[in-house]
Amino acid sequence: METLGFMLAALSPFNLLLAVAGVAAGIIIGSLPGLSATMAVAVLVPVTFGMPTESALILLGAIYTGAIYGGSYAAILVNTPGTPSAIATTFDGYPMARRGDGDLAVTLSTLSSVIGGLVGGLALFCLAPLLALVALKFGPVEYFWLAIFGLTLISSLSEGSTLKGFIGAGIGLLLSTVGVAVVGGDTRYTFGSQFLLGGVETISALIGLYCIPVLIELVATPSEHLKPPEASRGVRFREGVTLMFKGKWNALRSAIIGTIVAILPGAGGSIASLVSYSEARRASPRSEQFGKGEPDGIIATETANNATVGGGFIPTFVLGIPGTPPDAVILGALLVQGFRTGPEMFTTNASVTYTFMGGLLVATVLMLPIGLLIGRYAFKSIVSVPKAILVPTIAFMTVIGTYAIRNNPFDVVVMVVLGVAGWLLARWGIKPSPIVLGLILGPIAEQGFVQGYLMGNATGSVAGVFFGRPLSLGIIALTVLFALYPLWSARRKRTHGEVVAHEQST
Amino acid sequence: MRQRNTIHACLKAASAMAAALLFSTTLQAQESQFPERDVQYIIPFGPGGESDISARLQQKYFQQITGNQLIIQYMAGGGGAVGWSQLNEMDGDGYTIMGTNLPHIILQPMQQGAGYQTEDIKNFIFFHYSPDALLVTNDSPYKTLDDFIAAAKKTPGAVTVSGSGTYSANDIANQRFEALADITTTYIPFKGTGASVAALLGDQVQAEWGYTTTAANHSDKMRPLAVATDERHPLFPDVPTFKELGYDMTGGAYRGIAVPRSTPDDVTRELSEIFSDINANPEFRKSMEALGFVLIDEDVDQVEDFLAEQQRQYQRVAERMDAGQ
Repeated sequence: METLGFMLAALSPFNLLLAVAGVAAGIIIGSLPGLSATMAVAVLVPVTFGMPTESALILLGAIYTGAIYGGSYAAILVNTPGTPSAIATTFDGYPMARRGDGDLAVTLSTLSSVIGGLVGGLALFCLAPLLALVALKFGPVEYFWLAIFGLTLISSLSEGSTLKGFIGAGIGLLLSTVGVAVVGGDTRYTFGSQFLLGGVETISALIGLYCIPVLIELVATPSEHLKPPEASRGVRFREGVTLMFKGKWNALRSAIIGTIVAILPGAGGSIASLVSYSEARRASPRSEQFGKGEPDGIIATETANNATVGGGFIPTFVLGIPGTPPDAVILGALLVQGFRTGPEMFTTNASVTYTFMGGLLVATVLMLPIGLLIGRYAFKSIVSVPKAILVPTIAFMTVIGTYAIRNNPFDVVVMVVLGVAGWLLARWGIKPSPIVLGLILGPIAEQGFVQGYLMGNATGSVAGVFFGRPLSLGIIALTVLFALYPLWSARRKRTHGEVVAHEQST
Repeated sequence: MRQRNTIHACLKAASAMAAALLFSTTLQAQESQFPERDVQYIIPFGPGGESDISARLQQKYFQQITGNQLIIQYMAGGGGAVGWSQLNEMDGDGYTIMGTNLPHIILQPMQQGAGYQTEDIKNFIFFHYSPDALLVTNDSPYKTLDDFIAAAKKTPGAVTVSGSGTYSANDIANQRFEALADITTTYIPFKGTGASVAALLGDQVQAEWGYTTTAANHSDKMRPLAVATDERHPLFPDVPTFKELGYDMTGGAYRGIAVPRSTPDDVTRELSEIFSDINANPEFRKSMEALGFVLIDEDVDQVEDFLAEQQRQYQRVAERMDAGQ
């Protein structure tokens, strides 16, 4: 009962106002490529110092959740994920926008994000201490296999041939080795340039690989960017709800996957949305429609990535280990306020913790009206703005966004070079998604491998460390399953087809 | 309210700049009033780490003392090297300062391609350090440091210890202690303290090289076996220092601040005094100590000797590491 009282404190006018402002600001920031959730949260930390801790947390949490959702706008309308967790949203979101259903896609993304956010938030509220234990079961070896799993998924998922998917992932892995290695400390592939010491920054690569090819295509083709809708038809809310209702199991499954994956520090949103996307495709009767503008694809990725918000707070609050980069900033802000994470958060500081959780849920619900409103304008403006303005505006944003991440001008150079390279590679059938995922997962795989190897040496059995733990064996089994599934289903289809043909001939 | 302050500060900064353009000569005469506008404080890491938290704590008192804001910016990359290698190209007017860390600025230039030398960096103060600490989980079989040493002696290399990074403070602490106690352990580097803590709490490793700050943040789940301070840390009155137990080891991750080399000496001195004043504030000291930091005051007059001594120490460890490879 007391807990409920704390949660209701989130509804005080001041807290409510912060939630509204936070969600709106977050959506706008998240929708601009390059302005990430981490940056939004970091910029606002000093503002929160004058506030009560729970209000500060609500503001930061609202911005965070808004930004993750806002990332889907750019993914759908410009084919550029605003955040890494929106990568898989481009698969179906952009094709939908191309054929004139951008408004529907944005509505679906809004509904899905709200549902995902609610599931993640409720998991944080009900199961946090329990789920935090799951995070600790994951050692270096499990992270290594998880990264391999993610790479297998992306290679087989992305459109076009699996082989080219693997080539793309390999390019991403190579790019991820640039800079100072975390494990071992050696400097690799910097060619003597101090600017490359920090490696290829993920968001810069994301902007370059996705955004630049879109810009080049926009300039190179005379047709308009997106097909404008025939008539003004609102946000197509009813249509969205119907689709959402049809995809309810998909949404629930994706939200649960998102919550669980988010508990693992470092793995985060990109893996969560990929896993749920591939699950949705596998389970769907229209699996061949995925990647061509299938609404279920958007539902899967957007529920999953917003579920990671609540899920990511679980290790942050219970263990003091940030689940995602924005969580790290929020954790730092808590420490500055003299606030400890751990069991105290649920005992002595329960009022703050539960008020915050209440606020996060309120912010998530607020995403529905605010998101639909902003989404409608985002869609309208992208569709109606003439190319001559759209292209320079996006180009300007890519440069500013890339520079702002680390205040490093060289990142802009990397972004443009990767963008042009990405455009050439895409013409050749190698898509950006495997490259970016290789870049994100490469370090996780590398560190996990070296750490596991060192652990194996210490115990005298490297093979035992890598193949002897039930959890790793589970992930390996899943990897094999997912890698072989397309082959298996293709064969089944073929034999099935033969049987049909046979029956017809007799 | 805060926002109004920021707007106000912006206006003030703008008018100060306009004044500087018009009356640059008169301004030079008034240099003792430094700072006249907000100061940019660049942290060469991402937000959320200990360097960021320390800067955030200084921010409030900087405003109290000078009436101007300390604006924190991040320039992450290469474990700080990306920022430090560009420091001297920035404006040397005292309005741009950058956080510096030990052992990073000593160890990185020993590697190839760091893009700067230790001597290039004009530090004006080192204000605190996170003391090294050897940490175990609460239910670990190692009750004392001796238990840990005995286990490591029994089967050399079998005891695994997590830490953040290679050639980092944690790695160095492990090397130093291995030499002092004549033991061999397996050091496993992780990306950041968070991942290193997770490895310890998940029983992936048997111990962790971290800091008193780590132990303070996770006091419900882990305990230090010993800490590398001169005297026992007020947060852990029951935990012995390495020195008490006969291992001559004090130190950890030191934090300081530097200016671009072109910054005039009198401005540098003003900055050093401001940050010494912050360090002297009892309220500031209290919040720093509650987080597990130990405050030091190696100001502009002492910083050179301090660095030289630190450099000697790390040189010895680095030589040992090279010999071991």
